[in-house]
Amino acid sequence: MTTNVPALDAGAAAAGPRRNFLDVATGFWSWASTLDHKRIGLMYLVGVSLAFLCGGLFALLVRLHLWEPHGTLFSNADYNQIFTLHGAFMVFLFVIPAIPGSLGNILLPLMLGAKDVALPRLNLLSFYLWLVGAALATLAIVFGGFDTGWTFYTPYSLYTEQAVVTIGLAVFVLGFSSIFTGLNFIVTVHKLRAPGMTWFRMPLFVWALYATSLLQVLATPVLGITVLLVAFERLYHVGIFDPRLGGDPVLFEHFFWFYSHPAVYIMVLPAFGIISELVSVHSRKPVFGYKLIAYSSIAIAVISFLVWGHHMFTSGQSTYAMFAFSFLTFFVAIPTAIKEFSWVATVWRGSIALNSPMLYTLAFLIIFSIGGLTGVILGALAVNLHLHDTYFVVAHFHYVMMGSIAVAFFAGLHHWWPKIFGVMYDEFLAKIACGIIFVGFNATFIPQFIMGSRGMPRRYATYVPDYTDFHKASTIGAIVLGCGIALMVYYLVASLFQRRQAMQNHWGGVTLEWHAPTPPPVENFTTPPVVTTEVYDYSTLDLDTMRRPVQ
Amino acid sequence: MSHDGHHAVVIPAPGPEFQPHTVAHHFDTPVQEFQSAKLGFWLFLATEILLFGGLFAAYFYFHEMYPETFRLGGKQLDWQLGALNTAVLLASSWTMAMGVRAAQTSQKKLLLRYCGLTVLGALIFMAVKFVEYSAKDAHGFVVFADLFAPYDTATGQIPWFQDYDGHMAGVPHGHLFFAIYLTMTAIHGLHVLIGAGLILWIMKGAAKGRFHAGYYLPVDLVGLYWHLVDLIWIFLFPLLYLVP
Repeated sequence: MTTNVPALDAGAAAAGPRRNFLDVATGFWSWASTLDHKRIGLMYLVGVSLAFLCGGLFALLVRLHLWEPHGTLFSNADYNQIFTLHGAFMVFLFVIPAIPGSLGNILLPLMLGAKDVALPRLNLLSFYLWLVGAALATLAIVFGGFDTGWTFYTPYSLYTEQAVVTIGLAVFVLGFSSIFTGLNFIVTVHKLRAPGMTWFRMPLFVWALYATSLLQVLATPVLGITVLLVAFERLYHVGIFDPRLGGDPVLFEHFFWFYSHPAVYIMVLPAFGIISELVSVHSRKPVFGYKLIAYSSIAIAVISFLVWGHHMFTSGQSTYAMFAFSFLTFFVAIPTAIKEFSWVATVWRGSIALNSPMLYTLAFLIIFSIGGLTGVILGALAVNLHLHDTYFVVAHFHYVMMGSIAVAFFAGLHHWWPKIFGVMYDEFLAKIACGIIFVGFNATFIPQFIMGSRGMPRRYATYVPDYTDFHKASTIGAIVLGCGIALMVYYLVASLFQRRQAMQNHWGGVTLEWHAPTPPPVENFTTPPVVTTEVYDYSTLDLDTMRRPVQ
Repeated sequence: MSHDGHHAVVIPAPGPEFQPHTVAHHFDTPVQEFQSAKLGFWLFLATEILLFGGLFAAYFYFHEMYPETFRLGGKQLDWQLGALNTAVLLASSWTMAMGVRAAQTSQKKLLLRYCGLTVLGALIFMAVKFVEYSAKDAHGFVVFADLFAPYDTATGQIPWFQDYDGHMAGVPHGHLFFAIYLTMTAIHGLHVLIGAGLILWIMKGAAKGRFHAGYYLPVDLVGLYWHLVDLIWIFLFPLLYLVP
């Protein structure tokens, strides 16, 4: 991709072991005060991974409780708290910040040929706001917990005697963390592209992050004011959302989903970006329909602002509004399908390497097809009335959030792990874990599709005995899924101690991040990159330097 | 030239009373740094407008639902004090703009003077706001002492809305107008205070000679923030005081 830069900074490599961003400085303070986007990204990675494991633990508790129709582990009130914690932790502390905060932070400047993000201090602030948000969310558990579901629907969230104000504050702070990350990425993409890095030479992960950032900046403030109003409502009875005081709870739903539907795309667009990169590298083939995938990210971002009403088909909103929301919901499937077909066309007749990142990618392609298409089913008005608030909805959004986004995150993590750390994990265990996760995931949620279509309502602590078999199958699936993730955590962490050297360009990628030394030095590139060729041009791949082991 | 991370770009000071500015290491040129910060700040201002957008949406929604309440509620506000505050903020926007100009032309004393005047405007605004809030308190429209008192489900009485003289007696949910009035003006007032704090911070830097023709970025950004605070009031004033 760059021709006047030696592919791997030959000069620097020949000089022997060099200091990279990991070992350039040591000690707690060197991390806590760092402005290096790669270090901030790694701190995010640790943070969101811990949040994911917490959220996963809550999920397992939920599933274990539902083993028997009358519930096995908790009182109904405690169950309500556990599923709320699962949702709130996963959505606000993991899925929304995970990919932009960790992989996005580390890779965006590298992919653009920049030395850092445009506003490094704001980047660090954004991470600290995430920490404060996580601390407040944890405090809320101590202050009596919250049982409103992650959606905080009024009027219940106004009346329940629990720590809604604390968790509301956590969401407000986390919102600003998300806004600042998005703002930073937009400015970075506009102002810090290397010479020759035109918009249509940017890797698709960057395009996806750009579209995500637009949503983060333009949707999140509305959530901020919404949770603030809920807090005011509880503190001094404003009356805006409280029907006792002349307020309207449906207004809350409009406000909430005006953010939270675009938020779905804040979560999923970065995952699309990862997949766009991986299908290309591991098929050794340029991305099919590069421009269409880039434009479709922007199209999804725009349309996603106009579909929030499809969460409210049973709220009593105007029938005509429902027609429009239903139509626009179908409409958003078009750019999404363009992506899916382009990925499949990229893999088609490619030189496919079935290594672990590619296996996770293929798992994504299958799971996301199901997750996406069931979304279209739910977008149909008549069907929605039947399926509303059932396990069908739960299964649908888990196929997107867990099966697609988390799996794409795993795929990206496996793909860039050797780039970030310079070490390789156990490929054999990785392939096994990917298989276990795929089987466990489907075993968890296929039964939920079926029982949802038969009327099992979501969020209930108990159920009629007819659903017992489905619930048991789902719980067994969740345990298998948990084992797969535990195995993944094990071999990834172990790789840091075993220190099996990775290759300089482990998978043979041609985007700019692979031109930087592995692991990258603080300033990313020792020679400023100048881009002269098109993106995903595998004829520029230098096999000799690619296979050189990390120093 | 800064790409190797050793030679930072430095903007020289135009005179002995000023300080040079070192461009952050990851930028190649001062222009790149200036444009990045400015783009980022405009995006931040967009988020501010969206944050208030939620409040404006709530205003329009309830204005539509209870038009009589909003007509009567608006009459209880003192439009003359509101107009005075509008004039004060508009004047302070002018002094701020002149302050930015002074920074661009390296006139240190003038910058300090205009910033001082802007802070004075902010203080007058808040003082008038205090007078207004006291009047609302006296009529029982917003009883600040009972703002956080618990709501009595049995009587349905909102503790902070007493309406001693029964001005709002004939309309449904009279408290809603004042709840929206209080929430919007209080959040706006918080922004005025933050803006005043930022301008004081600018004055501190200006006194040290940090801002001059070569580097006035923070002055420019705080100026933008102050204009936004002004702009939001320009919408709040007619909606709350005049539309009824």
